[in-house]
Amino acid sequence: MENRQKKMAIIASKGTLDMAYPPFILATTAAALGMEVQVFFTFYGLQLLRKSLKHIKISPLANPAMPMPMPMPVLVSAIPGMQSMATAMMKQKIKKHGVASLEDLRTLALEADVRLIACQMTIDLFEFTKSDFIEGIDYGGAATFLEFASEADITLFV
Amino acid sequence: MNFDKELDARGLSCPLPILKTKKSLNDLASGQVLKVVSTDPGSVKDMQAFSNQTGNPLLSQSEEGKEFVFFLRKK
Repeated sequence: MENRQKKMAIIASKGTLDMAYPPFILATTAAALGMEVQVFFTFYGLQLLRKSLKHIKISPLANPAMPMPMPMPVLVSAIPGMQSMATAMMKQKIKKHGVASLEDLRTLALEADVRLIACQMTIDLFEFTKSDFIEGIDYGGAATFLEFASEADITLFV
Repeated sequence: MNFDKELDARGLSCPLPILKTKKSLNDLASGQVLKVVSTDPGSVKDMQAFSNQTGNPLLSQSEEGKEFVFFLRKK
């Protein structure tokens, strides 16, 4: 049996609360299983590397699978305040069921030496600066990701 | 079963029981035994996968009421 360390490469391209979880859960778990992990944050996924994650929300709009306390016509989901309400409800559920917060998972990922890479092109596109992001991350482009992904055992696009 | 350290993972959901197990094993020396107690039904399969992937033998696992008890030996 070969002893080479397994590798996992993930692209995180979404910036909503629900879609923020899979990359961080898989990255931290893969690291715990002894894998080398890189997560490349591009487009809306870049939001997950910002210092505060308070702006990460979930929307009931165009999200028919989202459990609601009562049946709700689609247009009601578009009313101002519904997004904040849905986000607050989801965060309550997360806490109640002992699911880690995004902030905690992100910290755990960094502690486990998961390499978090911010897409430089997206930073320029959305006019961010490096001071918008947490410490301890790397910056790179498509070639940076592909170099690692080309040798990865698992590659995921989220 | 004798153990050297106990991890209380009650009330935690995936992937926290596994992440905390990994951290707890870091504090042990080779051959020492970690006891983990969780309430997450998913942790049963996950602990087996963790053991297979990391090579830390899963000595036993059992269900006690609504709790799952695991004994892992650090490789």
